[in-house]
Amino acid sequence: MQLYDALFFLFALITLVSAFIVVFSRSIVYAAFSLLFTFFGVAGLYVLLQADFLAVTQVLIYVGGILVLLLFGVMLTNRVVNVELKTGTIHTVPALILVAIVAGTFAGLFYSTWKGAAAPQTDVKSTIMPIGELLMTGYLLPFEVASVILLIALIGAATMARRTRSHPEKATR
Amino acid sequence: MNPSGGFFEYLLGLLKEFFAWLPHVTLAHFLIVSAILFALGIYGIATRRNAILVLMGVELVLNSANINLIAFSRYGGGGLDGQVAAVFVIILAAAEAAIALAIVLNIYHRFQTVNVDDVSTMKE
Repeated sequence: MQLYDALFFLFALITLVSAFIVVFSRSIVYAAFSLLFTFFGVAGLYVLLQADFLAVTQVLIYVGGILVLLLFGVMLTNRVVNVELKTGTIHTVPALILVAIVAGTFAGLFYSTWKGAAAPQTDVKSTIMPIGELLMTGYLLPFEVASVILLIALIGAATMARRTRSHPEKATR
Repeated sequence: MNPSGGFFEYLLGLLKEFFAWLPHVTLAHFLIVSAILFALGIYGIATRRNAILVLMGVELVLNSANINLIAFSRYGGGGLDGQVAAVFVIILAAAEAAIALAIVLNIYHRFQTVNVDDVSTMKE
């Protein structure tokens, strides 16, 4: 299991270092691109946890969808002509103290509770078919509700993001 | 033996135990990574002024929750319920990102900025 441990530390390092850059970088574009590496690192952790379908879904949806959406947001809401895509921060010191307390508490709890939990030996097989069966049997109602939510989000986002809305005061202009 | 020396010896023992535990991956390794990721996401949400970067913090928090769900699904023995829950989290994250981006674009058209502390008015 030596290779497993080394791969875990590699992916954990990628995830945490790039998450640090996301949170602490002054440049929005750097933050967005290091979010890419965070998502890839998390996908690697999913593979180590034998969640192959989730890993592929993570790469497809987060990297292919959400990250591109966020990059579009960065480009549409900043004047790209001035190259200075910087951003400010507020309340850093209280937030740092609070977050350090929260992270320390969680990590201590997890460590003291589950430090002896070794992985149960299971034969490695694809999870796609069992997840599909679960979605069609035990989780059918949440699955359908999620599809309706996605449709509502699609229509709502398209409606809200249209520029040609008539404001009352603009109509009188 | 004075009590402070005893305390430091106790602390040293804890540290030794931790570093002997560290190289062999258990459930707690994944949980601690997710805890740190969660804390970083919360920090980003709390301190960033740009709304897009606040959204990135939200994505970090959702990812850390997903790591927890999948880790417990792997180590809990048996079912794939945790993975199915993670699928739903990813679905809702996609919907949330789309809606939030539409809102941010509207805010930008109205206020010419996306700094969340400049957009503190409900008036036209």
